[in-house]
This record gives sequence, C-alpha cells and structure tokens, in this order.
Amino acid sequence: MPIKLENVTHIYMPGTPFMSKAIVDVNLEIDDGEFVGLIGHTGSGKSTLIQHLNGLLKPTEGVVYVNGIKVDKDSKNLKALRHQVGLVFQYPEHQLFEETVYLDIAFGPKNLGLPEDEIDRRVTEAAGLVGIDINALKDRSPFELSGGQRRRVAIAGVLAMEPSILVLDEPTAGLDPRGRDEIFWQIKELHRKKGITIILVSHSMEDVARLVDRIVVMNKGRVELTGTPAEVFSHADRLLEMGLGVPQVTSLMRALKDKGMDVPVDIYTVQQARDVLRKLLGGSGNA
Amino acid sequence: MEPIIRVRDLHYDYINGEGEETAALDGVSIDIYKGEFVVIIGHNGSGKSTLAKHLNALLKPKSGEVFIKGMDTRLDENTWSIRQTAGMVFQNPDNQMVATVVEEDVAFGPENLGIPPAEIRSRVDEALRSVNMMEFARSAPHFLSGGQKQRVAIAGVIAMKPEIIILDEPTAMLDPSGRREVMETIRHLNKDEGITIVHITHYMDEAVEADRVVVMENGRIAADGTPREIFNKVDTLRSIGLDVPQIVELAHQLKKEGFDIKGEPLNIEEMVEAICR
Repeated sequence: MPIKLENVTHIYMPGTPFMSKAIVDVNLEIDDGEFVGLIGHTGSGKSTLIQHLNGLLKPTEGVVYVNGIKVDKDSKNLKALRHQVGLVFQYPEHQLFEETVYLDIAFGPKNLGLPEDEIDRRVTEAAGLVGIDINALKDRSPFELSGGQRRRVAIAGVLAMEPSILVLDEPTAGLDPRGRDEIFWQIKELHRKKGITIILVSHSMEDVARLVDRIVVMNKGRVELTGTPAEVFSHADRLLEMGLGVPQVTSLMRALKDKGMDVPVDIYTVQQARDVLRKLLGGSGNA
Repeated sequence: MEPIIRVRDLHYDYINGEGEETAALDGVSIDIYKGEFVVIIGHNGSGKSTLAKHLNALLKPKSGEVFIKGMDTRLDENTWSIRQTAGMVFQNPDNQMVATVVEEDVAFGPENLGIPPAEIRSRVDEALRSVNMMEFARSAPHFLSGGQKQRVAIAGVIAMKPEIIILDEPTAMLDPSGRREVMETIRHLNKDEGITIVHITHYMDEAVEADRVVVMENGRIAADGTPREIFNKVDTLRSIGLDVPQIVELAHQLKKEGFDIKGEPLNIEEMVEAICR
C-alpha cells in the first residue's frame, strides 16, 4: 500500500493559547499511479495533510505510511521519504534562486551526488516534461522568463528528483487560462507517461473534475467525501455547505431536476450536459 | 457626458528578456464613464496590467494620452490628484499591507494626505464598514484570510475617497469564498456608492457581472461590449485562449447542433428558462 494514513491528527502549537487542530483523525489510502484531486476551502487542512506525505510535518497522533516508510510523532531522519515524494508548493517560482535555468533544475540531483551525465539526463528530461526548451533557455536567468515559464522551471526542479509521488499545491494559481491549460495538460501527460502517483490540490472544481480519477474533499480537518468526480459532484448540497463551488453544469442539472425534469445530477462536464440536453430537447434539433 | 477615463491612441513598450523592444500597448483608445463597472479580460501579456497602471499615473504614456477626470497623466503636477481620484488594488494582498493593525493600515493613505485626525477616524470607520470589515478593525492583518486582506486593501483605497477604483486581478490568489467576498464588495461599491470600477480578471464568471467587458489581445482592444455581446463570441474568445463560462459554451454547442435555445443565456437561471419555456 503506497500511501496510507491511519487516524492521523495534527495539532499546531499544542499546549498554548494558539493551539489549533488542523487535521483530525484522517484515514486515507492512495494507490500507486492514482491521480487524486484534493479539494477543500482555505483552512480545511489540505496543506497540513500534504506536508505529512513527505515528512515536513509529523502526525501528533496516528501513523503515515509512504512506500513502506513509517512516519509517526517520534520518527527521525525522513530524508529517504523526501526523495520519493516531490512537493510543489504554491507559487513555486518564488523558490527559484540559481543564476541559470539549467543550474536551478539541476540543484536537487546535484545534492544527491549524482554523476554529471546523469544530472544532465535528468535536467533534460524534466524540462521536456514541462515543455521547457532546455537548449534555448538553459543559460538564461530564470528571472528573465515569463511567469508561466518560471513556474514550469520550478516544477521541473522537483521532477528532476524523479519522485514516485508528486504533490502539487494549486499549481495554476494566478496563471491565465492558457497558462493553466498548458500546465494541467503537462501534468496529465506526466501521469500518463511516467505512471507516477499525482495528488493535485486545487480550488477549481471544473479543472479537478476533468483531470483526476478520484476526488478527496476535506472540511474542518476531516476527510468529508471521497469518490469519482461523478460521485462527489452528486453531493452538490454538501459541497456548497462546505463553501466549495460546483461546476456550473452540475448546478444547471440540479435546477432542472427541481423543475421536475428527469435529468441525472452527477454531471460535471459540458459534454455530459450536452448529451443530456440533446435527449431532453429531443426532436427540436437536427443532430 | 465627459468620460471620467479617457485614453487616446496609447502606446507603451518595454525591453524584453532578449533586449528587444516589445509593444505592451499598441494603440489603445477607450472611454469609461462615471459609475460604469468595466471588466478587462485577456491573457497574460495582452497589456491589461500595463493599461491599468496608466490609469493612475504609475506609468506615463510613451505616446498617446490618458485623461483621468480631465487631468492629463503626462503632467507631473497632476500625479497626486490623479492617484487620489483613481485608487488601485493589486493581486497579492500580503504585498499591500503596511501596518500591524487593520485600522492603521487603512489610515495610512489619509494620514499621508495630511488630513486632520478626527476626519481620518471617520474615513477609516466608513471605509471598513463599506467592505464589511469593521469587526476586524483592531486585528493584525496576518491573521486574516486572503479575502479579508483584500477587503482591507480596498478599504485603504476607499479611505482616500476615490471616484474610480482599479483592481488588477484582486481575486487571482483567493479561494472561492474569498473571491465571492471581494466580488460582493466591488459590486456594493459600484451600485450603492457609485464608484467607477475597472476590474481586471481571468475569471469569466466575474466578467458576467459587469456592465461592460473589454477584451485585450496583443496590446490592443479586441472586443468591447456588454457581457452578453462578448460571450456570444465563443469562437473568438476560444481562439485567443480565453475561457467561456460552461453555460455559455453549452448553449453555444446546442445551438450549433440546431436546437432551439432562445436568447443568449449567461447564467443558470437564464439557461433553465431557455430550456423550460
């Protein structure tokens, strides 16, 4: 079992007036090669949860297993874990620091003490995976690149560590629709080509819905719902109660159902909605 | 009626990473009238932020002209009254906080204008009330959520009593509930207090709420009209890499297939009506 959380609770600043329970009694399993979307509004515990996956945080109670490595409150030396789980933070481009694009992507593998030719292979591959033309850009300063390019260089730096699990926290925040679609498409391709486990944290339901195999919804530090996009979006009421959005077409189906029409409520893409409405509107079309 | 914002044949270029001159604005002309709620959309590099920065004299035209309430932004002596007339809110709320207490942060602008303390007090209270943040007046900004911080930033602008507020992607870094809070605040300032709004965003559901949508592409205005007029051009928006709300896309596809969808539904209610007629 690649990722398994057993009764994991995390309390910040225990024993002080600022004590807060960020996650409470979380049980969750994620399979090898799964593409999981993690959603929940700010303060729901998503970020705390993902920091347990590479040992940046240790559980106050409970146990985390990642690829057979056990992490509990007493665990020490979590270096091996960090090599297996790549964590891409929000606005990862803020962490770029090297003089050139090449050196920035190479920084992680260099610290692993890998030989030059292996570093070179990894940098080239990682850059390719995020659509960065390494030959054209390798000697450029990362700070001269566009925002979208900088972000992709930062993600390449994580990929160059060849993690078997990749966690991305809002990888498209602040990008325009074109930049967002490019990054999502590259993540999808990465999942398809390399078969690694991907956990995507996002606020955008419509984006999560069209990418992932399974959605995990967090609310007030707990895992509230989990299932395929269709299963999760069929609970639109609960999602709205938690302050989360649902795709517009999901709301449309519910509104039609309230009017007494016979339509499914587990719809979340424009294509699905179109198919439903084609039937509903029947003869009036020429299709 | 004289437009409150008047831009004529505005050009601006900057030097890119390869040392070449690139046009950020390539002949923009636009009139915006008092009380309008205008949304500007366009992908990164289309020139929207560069245009916004010209509207409160953070940038001066390299050629062409910009008048804010009749004041020419090229003249240095106008700069301060232009900035008082047109306040600006940026993307990252954390970069806009200067004080350690919310009400002091809001007071920063009026203090710099040399306004008497009693007047500052009433302006700060009024500003915090209009963004619905009065209960956080004594809080430390770093304990607030992103949406709350942006509302404080907006209050800081309101305390300057501007007639125009320019918001450069104020919701880009917020979660859905933060976005809703900020949009409600913007709507309130526009509808109830009559402040002219120029709002830059990538979120098309925000554009749907405006009186007028301006689409920028390659430093030029590619389209300008009501949300209904703009979102009707689904194929044009797609071709320049912009999103279309799911409902608009759905209606567009069904119409293409010959289904009889009345009108141009922009939101769920209108779509339900179009189907249930």
